[in-house]
Amino acid sequence: MLSLEQNFPFVCIILSMATGILCAALKPKKAMVVCIANLVINFILSLLALRYCIKVGDFTVYWMGHFPAPFGNEIRFGILETLLATGFSLVMLLSILGGLKHVFHDVDESKQNYYFLMQNLLFASILALIYTNDLFTAYVFVEINTLTSCSIVMLKKGRETLVATTRYLIMSLLGSGLFLIGISILYDITGHLLMPQIKESVEALAATGAYKFPLEMIICLFSIGMGVKSALYPFHSWLPDAHGSATSSASAVLSGLVLKGYIILLIKMFYRVFGLEIIYSSRVLDILFVLGILAMTIGSIKAISERDLKRMIAYSSVAQIGYIYLGIGIGNELGMAAALLQVLVHAFTKPMLFNTAGAFMDVADGKKKFKYLAGAARKNMFAGIVFAIGALSMIGIPLFAGFSVKYYLGLSALENAPRVVLSIIALIISTVLNAIYYIPALMVLFRKTEDTEKVVFIPKNPDIPYIISSIVFVIANFVFGKFASYFIDLIIKGLGMFA
Amino acid sequence: MFEGLINFVDGVSSADNTHKPSKKKVKKYHHHEKTITERLEDDVLNQKSDSFDKFYSVVAIIMAIIIIGSLLFTVSFLPSFGDPTNPANNIVSEKYIVEGVKDTHAINLVAGMILDYRAFDTLGESTVLFIAASAVIILLFANKTKKEHEAEEKEEQKYENKNDPILRHGALLIVPAILVYGIYVVLNGHISPGGGFSGGAIMGAAIILYNLAFGDKSTSEFFSFKIYKRIIISALMFYAISKSYSFYTGANQIHSIIPKGVPGNILSSGLILPLNICVGIVVCCTMFGFYSLFDREEI
Repeated sequence: MLSLEQNFPFVCIILSMATGILCAALKPKKAMVVCIANLVINFILSLLALRYCIKVGDFTVYWMGHFPAPFGNEIRFGILETLLATGFSLVMLLSILGGLKHVFHDVDESKQNYYFLMQNLLFASILALIYTNDLFTAYVFVEINTLTSCSIVMLKKGRETLVATTRYLIMSLLGSGLFLIGISILYDITGHLLMPQIKESVEALAATGAYKFPLEMIICLFSIGMGVKSALYPFHSWLPDAHGSATSSASAVLSGLVLKGYIILLIKMFYRVFGLEIIYSSRVLDILFVLGILAMTIGSIKAISERDLKRMIAYSSVAQIGYIYLGIGIGNELGMAAALLQVLVHAFTKPMLFNTAGAFMDVADGKKKFKYLAGAARKNMFAGIVFAIGALSMIGIPLFAGFSVKYYLGLSALENAPRVVLSIIALIISTVLNAIYYIPALMVLFRKTEDTEKVVFIPKNPDIPYIISSIVFVIANFVFGKFASYFIDLIIKGLGMFA
Repeated sequence: MFEGLINFVDGVSSADNTHKPSKKKVKKYHHHEKTITERLEDDVLNQKSDSFDKFYSVVAIIMAIIIIGSLLFTVSFLPSFGDPTNPANNIVSEKYIVEGVKDTHAINLVAGMILDYRAFDTLGESTVLFIAASAVIILLFANKTKKEHEAEEKEEQKYENKNDPILRHGALLIVPAILVYGIYVVLNGHISPGGGFSGGAIMGAAIILYNLAFGDKSTSEFFSFKIYKRIIISALMFYAISKSYSFYTGANQIHSIIPKGVPGNILSSGLILPLNICVGIVVCCTMFGFYSLFDREEI
């Protein structure tokens, strides 16, 4: 008999799926209430599960059915998984709250309940990717993730979103396809689908030297597949279209959470399917390291030449994903912890920026090009301040969350001598490039124009859910900036349970 | 880069007075000034292939050949098909074959595997079908008014086979038989080959054939959008709730109260029979939903 808290991760997944399915039958307003209630419950349950894991200091294996590991499905969680689930449920809740007004404006009235349906199922799939201990379950939920995330892009009316969705769908399916090929080859040479058993057989194979080439190919397929889906640099071309054209809370969720689900799955496969020794000897981390650096610089350069606020923020996501891969590629425990801290920090910062971009579009008649947005921050000073905080955090000013990530990335690079110089140079260049596009964007947004002589702090008919969510996001940003060492300790403890 | 930055700030400040940027600038930011749809139209309409395009296609072909080659090379390393010493023939498949009937009380081992050993995956798979149907609804569902309906019906009467006597009589004979066969395949999913996925596909085919022969109106008398939503949601909810009971009891090692019955009987193997029915309903609804949405943008 397990204790009550150990059931919570499973309850979270099933509850999100069930409420999502239920939304198909509800009116939009009721679907909204169900969706938000589900996320609040998820947050509370994940927090309790996190507290339990910290108290016990050990992981839990949860059978999904009556059969133990090699025969039935199972989920497995420790500090890291529950920490990510807690953070992600809070981000999901706040992003949906922040963009609520736009959903009811952007989406056709008869289809608004489908928005909440897709968001709930998307969240269920992200949770399942975080918790699963079975590769095929991971694939099933990758499929759900792909379909739901394409749907929430498509829900906004207009031709632009259809083109963006088509691109997104094709690239995303390419990623899932590579992942599926990888799973089938892996099953062929190991005969297992559950991660602990695969790891045993992979270690045995590596010891005898059998199937060396297929194993390297599998690592390659998994890394590229997850790279495509998480918009790692050369595979990022779908991201700005999809994230730039969706409704603001959908963009927030897509860049804040969906990209991260795949990265967590990749890290999980490195730890639990192959084991770190095989990963280090396969040199895949070198490639991820180089691609991470390229993403950090080229993503930012692309963002500099962008004329459209939302697309600029979307390109900034490419650069920020680069930081995560840089951390993975540095190849020590602190680097991995810094990468996971960046997963959380970016999840808390980017949705804030996207929702704020939505607020600016509100005061500029729905336009998102910079030339129409001049002075928008003066029409809504609250959003302006929130955007400034987000931008400063992205650049990496001390006190804000972005700085702590860069600090720990630098520290971890110092421990791995061959990569020190490249990582530090990349971090410096990327910081400068971030400043080059975020500061002019702030200058444009805050510029005094003819119709913005008087500064309005909050426009008439204030969007209360957006204000609440932004305040929580800002507080979270400072918490990550101030107490980063606490989170790093927690993540390192979690990584200890992870393998 | 820095020139671009200066142009960027300049461009914004000049944009207030005149919304026309100078010609030079348009040329410079050709790519970024356009929306996605404009760029797509550009690509489709002006099919001038410049040197970059040629380079791109050559590189793409080379890359594809390299990827295909390396995947084929990988396949050559894999264990040969059907060899009894393959890694896939391990304790897992042995347990499924030897103890499957004892564990799940289902004669059909595949049903036992997908609906008992690995039921969580199948819950995900049926949800995938539901999501796919919902995505097509988002994409294609049109809220037609009554007038539009009538106009469309008139237009389509020319092409539809509604009054074709051969089709109608043929369908009248075949449809009930197909439907009964589909129900048989679903209900006997745990005893004989078949199950929810295959039986559901057969039932969906029967309803599509009925729709083709007798038209939308008579189909919507028993299969409207409302009914579609109700049965697909209740099937999935039943799956989620009943299976989470069994997940809960399994993980906590509590004795499950669901009776298993005698293997081989129609009422046996615990939850597998009702779950097969649920999956069958979901597959049937999804099949008909896809057909109907692509055909007339409605269910």
